[in-house]
Amino acid sequence: MNFGFNEEQELLRAEVRKFLDQNASLGEVRKISEEEPTGFSRRLYNRMAELGWVGLTLPEAHGGVGLDFVTLIVLLEETGRTLFPSPLISTVLAARAIELAGSEEQMTAWLPGLADGSKIGTLALLEASDRYDELGIELEAKRDGDDLLLSGAKQFVPDAGCADLFVVSYREQDRIGLALVAADASGVTAADHPSMDLTKRIGSLTLDDVRVTPAAQLGGSESAWPLVQNLIDIGAVLVTAESVGAAEGGLAITTEFAKQRVQFGNPIGKYQAVKHPLAEMYVDVESIKSLVYWAAWLIDEASDELPLAASRAKAYLAEAFPRLGIAGVGLHGGVGYTWEYDIQLYLKRSKWARPIFGDADFHYERIASRPAEQGGL
Amino acid sequence: MDFQLSQEEEAFRDEVRAFLDENLPPDDQRGPSFGGDWLKKIQEKRWVGFSWPKEVGGGGGTIMEQVILKDEMAKRKAPALGTCFMGLAWVGPSIIQYGTDEQKQKFIPDILNGAQNWCTGYSEPDSGSDLASLKCKCAREGDDYLINGQKIWTSIAMWSQWIILLVRTSSDGEAKHDGITCLLVPMDSEGITVNPIKNMSGAAVFAEVFFDNVRVPVANRLGEEGQGWQVTISALANERSSIAEVHGLKRKLDEIKELARSCQKNGRPASEIPSLRRRIVRAETKVEAMRLNGMRFLTKQLKGKPLGSETSINKLHRAELEIELGEIGVEILGSSAGIRSGAGTEGGGKWQTYSLNWPEVVIGGGTPNIQKNIISERILGLPKD
Repeated sequence: MNFGFNEEQELLRAEVRKFLDQNASLGEVRKISEEEPTGFSRRLYNRMAELGWVGLTLPEAHGGVGLDFVTLIVLLEETGRTLFPSPLISTVLAARAIELAGSEEQMTAWLPGLADGSKIGTLALLEASDRYDELGIELEAKRDGDDLLLSGAKQFVPDAGCADLFVVSYREQDRIGLALVAADASGVTAADHPSMDLTKRIGSLTLDDVRVTPAAQLGGSESAWPLVQNLIDIGAVLVTAESVGAAEGGLAITTEFAKQRVQFGNPIGKYQAVKHPLAEMYVDVESIKSLVYWAAWLIDEASDELPLAASRAKAYLAEAFPRLGIAGVGLHGGVGYTWEYDIQLYLKRSKWARPIFGDADFHYERIASRPAEQGGL
Repeated sequence: MDFQLSQEEEAFRDEVRAFLDENLPPDDQRGPSFGGDWLKKIQEKRWVGFSWPKEVGGGGGTIMEQVILKDEMAKRKAPALGTCFMGLAWVGPSIIQYGTDEQKQKFIPDILNGAQNWCTGYSEPDSGSDLASLKCKCAREGDDYLINGQKIWTSIAMWSQWIILLVRTSSDGEAKHDGITCLLVPMDSEGITVNPIKNMSGAAVFAEVFFDNVRVPVANRLGEEGQGWQVTISALANERSSIAEVHGLKRKLDEIKELARSCQKNGRPASEIPSLRRRIVRAETKVEAMRLNGMRFLTKQLKGKPLGSETSINKLHRAELEIELGEIGVEILGSSAGIRSGAGTEGGGKWQTYSLNWPEVVIGGGTPNIQKNIISERILGLPKD
């Protein structure tokens, strides 16, 4: 019995932390996110890819390292802690879609580039309706012989502006499908919006009669909806892991502030009105960690308990992280409201993390509506 | 991560399951003689005091075996492992760690077989959360101690034969908890008066205990004079990760879900009301977080590291859940929640009772505010209040 990380994973944690301390302090993160047009540093991303961190979970046969998702969690907790901007999660998810449903040719075509950092991938699932259920996929595919023609718009696409590859969900009559759409294909327009959290980019993708040959259609003639759901579950777990790292980072900054800031002759952290909210944050952070470690393990086990575990982790995070961000800014007082102080960056990150791959309302309802014999209402 | 049991652990789990198949009837088919028979059988197995060393009559179970045993028992709604709750939870472990051979021989067997009940004399009227400020006076007179003072919130004092008592033998120490001594006192000693206190649900489970020139031999001291605080702290450190509590909360959740499905609210089943659905699954999510937190604590213990202040995490979750589940229950009941008992009261008024009994868990053993002090001071390193 061991509900924890092994020695290699702890070594990886130390290595990632060292890399980020040296290369991506919060000051550097601000600079990158404010000055780089794509919101991330290509140089650092490529360094991480060289270290094997981008292709960590990808198969070795296709340029990856072949490790499990529990190991990836360690990496994400660390990148979250300092709000390190990168399209890592987006790329891992796009690669996962290809790994789960792609042909050998599709894997050979895309996975090595995604693993070595030369290509960025992302999922394009949501549309203007902002629904993570099957009905949210309205983008229409028209058949033209063996090819499909896709027209419509995807919204809230993570890292849309820098992606080379979009894994796009579409509807062909009643069937849900997934297509591999290259950013440079004819009829594709993608751009990021100005985002609230500068360390995370979201944008839109417009498709105008984009031709998808059989070589770019993912999976067979079956509905891809179960796969899409699985990707949403994995996405929820990865976002939760990175976000709990961020939440822990925000808690550390606020705790440090409470030790330094003196009012009424004492560090404010001496007062229970300050220390108790910090204790509550700690309880939330540790509890989210437990929920997300368990969910990550279920990904590796290909367990059918994953949807429930992913929903629990993401729902708890989506409630607790924004609360933590607000309390963090509040406990800083006036300086917390300034652009200059770092705690606001964590508050913004919490607002990015809340809706992506489902907010608390979505996930709690998903838990509640499972069959009664499985514990639903 | 690895959740596989070892071969020995699996064999032990199968042994427990086979025992339960044979000896544990469903809870509605347990006759009047069941309790006594059950106790005898689990004692033969040495599952009462299972974590204690074999030399003192315990079971010598490993940490994993203890977890497996509790887990299997709770899943099957088995009765508690032994009847002397406080004796098994902390009096026994303290005696094993600090007691003399005579004390071990005298007290441990009766804790295991439930012949004697123990209560705990820690809190005083002016020393609750600030326990170390306790004042109950204790003076040495030859081979005896003479006790004068008062304890309060002493659960089951009126049904106990013995009390584990913290008294002040000296006020000279630098710190408040210097000068506290631990005594083992018979409740039928001359000079002890017990006044039961009725709680807000109408029952009397705790009491005030008065000590008026109560005399006990020095041989009844546990540990050294002035060592009482240490004895108490290490006894409380015996608490295990909260496996059993999680099963109890899960059962409550199942009952809540059943209640929500069967009760109508504003013309539809309560289980269809979005705000109630969210509250119920949020509570369920916290119970799952407790279970998984417990597994992380267990992992730490298995690596040979003692548990520290992190156990306050699950205490805080539990406190919140005990209150919230009671509140959801009475909210589902609607107007009928105002009827305390009598014909037509849902479940004989058990939700009303439950919604009034949370202080036993939430206040006893350290209030949420104290748990938050512990986390913020000992884990986050904030200055002491």
